[in-house]
Amino acid sequence: MPAEALLTIENLRISASGRPVIEGVSLEIRAGEMLGLVGESGCGKSVTALSIMRLLAEPPMRIDGGSIRYDGQDILALDEHALEKLRGDRIAMIFQEPMTSLNPVFTVGDQISEVVLLHRDVSRQVADARAVELLTRVGIPAPAAAMTRYPHQLSGGQRQRVMIAMALACDPSLLVADEPTTALDVTVQAQILDLIDDLRRETGMAVLLITHDLGVVSQYCDRVAVMYGGRVVEQAPADELFAHPRHRYTEALLATIPASNPPGTRLPAISGTVPPPGKRPNGCTFHPRCHANVARCSVDMPDLVGEAHSIRCWNPAS
Amino acid sequence: MSLLELDNLSKTYPGGVRAVSEVSLSIEAGEVLGVVGESGCGKSTLGRTLLRLIEPSGGSIHFAGRDLTKLSRHDMKAVRRDLQVIFQDPFGSLNPRHTVGYIIAEPLVVHHVGDRQARAKRVAELLNIVGLPEDAASRYPHEFSGGQRQRIAIARALALEPKLLVADEAVSALDVSIQSQIINLIAELRQKMNLAILFISHDLSVIRHVSDRIAVMYLGRIVEIGPTETIMTAPKHPYTQALLSAVPRPGVARVDRVVLKGELPDPANPPAGCAFHTRCPKVMDICHTKRPVLAAPGGTLAGDVACHLYP
Ligand SMILES: Nc1ncnc2c1ncn2[C@@H]1O[C@H](COP(=O)(O)OP(=O)(O)OP(=O)(O)O)[C@@H](O)[C@H]1O
Ligand SMILES: Nc1ncnc2c1ncn2[C@@H]1O[C@H](COP(=O)(O)OP(=O)(O)OP(=O)(O)O)[C@@H](O)[C@H]1O
Ligand code: SF4
Ligand code: SF4
Ligand SMILES: [Mg+2]
Ligand SMILES: [Mg+2]
Repeated sequence: MPAEALLTIENLRISASGRPVIEGVSLEIRAGEMLGLVGESGCGKSVTALSIMRLLAEPPMRIDGGSIRYDGQDILALDEHALEKLRGDRIAMIFQEPMTSLNPVFTVGDQISEVVLLHRDVSRQVADARAVELLTRVGIPAPAAAMTRYPHQLSGGQRQRVMIAMALACDPSLLVADEPTTALDVTVQAQILDLIDDLRRETGMAVLLITHDLGVVSQYCDRVAVMYGGRVVEQAPADELFAHPRHRYTEALLATIPASNPPGTRLPAISGTVPPPGKRPNGCTFHPRCHANVARCSVDMPDLVGEAHSIRCWNPAS
Repeated sequence: MSLLELDNLSKTYPGGVRAVSEVSLSIEAGEVLGVVGESGCGKSTLGRTLLRLIEPSGGSIHFAGRDLTKLSRHDMKAVRRDLQVIFQDPFGSLNPRHTVGYIIAEPLVVHHVGDRQARAKRVAELLNIVGLPEDAASRYPHEFSGGQRQRIAIARALALEPKLLVADEAVSALDVSIQSQIINLIAELRQKMNLAILFISHDLSVIRHVSDRIAVMYLGRIVEIGPTETIMTAPKHPYTQALLSAVPRPGVARVDRVVLKGELPDPANPPAGCAFHTRCPKVMDICHTKRPVLAAPGGTLAGDVACHLYP
């Protein structure tokens, strides 16, 4: 394996009010890499993302074990002061709904300059100039005029661009993007994802892209981690994963989407539903829905095995 | 004569947003017409207006030969049996205080169909059709998952054996693995009941999968309509082309795509001429002033496009 990863999560375990939510997640992201984290609602994508920045609501959430290492530092051992420095400065995050993360009573310019001032020892003028530069970079038309606008005066796509500008204010080396385009139309989604992709290519920043859209992942990500029921069940280079899914859940998920099937044909459906935390079955969490399960699947949870292409499965697709 | 024929249907909301402008189209019995377009283009307004859940501002709606816009409230109620709708959020449309059995039977009660016993039998039958256990009848909506709630909404919509179903983002809120179950169910029911469906979705891959024909909307108007394969493989309108190419698909490189500049203009103030001209990569002088129209409003079998590139 090449040089040490920028971010390494190992065997992370998190519970909510005593119920296990994340049950042993391991992930790695290298500088300049875009890693896609996919999975259905409730599998633990957002909780994993929030834990990287230690932004979980603790309590009811609790980190029960495992480690998160960023650039050699143990994030779980840092105090609030050190974390504050890390957030925004080295690791930045954008969310699905930019309206709730922007402050409605301050102008766009004020909010971006504020972030710059918080992390850099510069004058207000320099911070404002930097804000205009950032707005230009993320493709806001007439950036100087946009500085004086309030969030509600912008469209959804423009607000997401402003969020990205704020996230980039201090040249983070890791961007965590949690469903950054789910609320946007496809044509605007394409603009925003292209922008994130261009920026990481220019700056070498690493990106953790969380989405439930397999098309997005295949188009933009270098590697993909598939989550089910609080665990990573498969992790592989994107091309490899889409060409040769091995875990039975990934295989079924890819087979079931309309894009994989001739129009009008019956879709190969996955029976049943995703079990919520607290009701996850023993053994492989997917076993009640798996068409390939073998005796051991309902008893023992398989380990994540393999290097470049790893899976947790007793009876993988060949 | 088609099952449904819309002629120049328009809806302007108080405040001046022209959500639907002069839409003409037809749906045959048993046909699925997909309606696709970006947020705010008027898909839901079109669906609700043709059901007269909201009153049109102009145009006509012929359903099974009768102009719905001319019907009295009383006559409309009778026609409603044949027109049903399911929405994106099944939870919002199911009364949490009623049992699932009551929710499904309610349309039967409203239309005085059958006695208590006959209705209970029909509920059991419907639960079976949509793949829910019979004991679901005595339980409440919150006890069910999202996909199961959508099944309940479908059972209710089918109770009166309608001829036309408007499905407004009916699978959009569901997880991928559940989405496919519901898409299969809808396709199956359509076959069994010869049900016509206006299938509204912003998801092109879903629309492609379920529709016989597709109508593409932009700022309240249909800009292109045609058979599914024609629209998907040989789209003519620059907006349809951009929409298709914006959908990320495995194996398609970024460089091969048309990415639109800018965003949807304010629907209260649509641009003059062709409403798409502010974002169109092929815009010409004439597009700024003259609005392109469909050659054969209502749609020909081969397909139709409103764009000056195809005079
Ligand atoms: N603050 C909280 N308190 C209690 N439980 C929580 C909290 N946040 C998340 N959970 C639970 O943790 C599980 C994982 O949630 P998470 O938000 O990570 O899912 P997700 O994969 O991001 O799903 P989605 O695709 O819907 O965003 C869920 O079952 C959720 O109910
Ligand atoms: N009750 C209303 N009063 C005023 N304007 C409305 C109303 N409902 C919708 N609109 C406006 O009409 C236009 C069309 O809205 P509509 O909900 O039909 O779009 P849509 O295509 O269904 O969008 P989405 O994909 O977001 O559901 C939008 O500009 C919307 O803001
Ligand atoms: S471990 Fe067993 S049940 Fe789980 S996905 Fe693999 S084959 Fe299926
Ligand atoms: S009419 Fe003109 S602006 Fe409109 S889609 Fe055609 S070429 Fe583009
Ligand atoms: Mg989430
Ligand atoms: Mg709608």
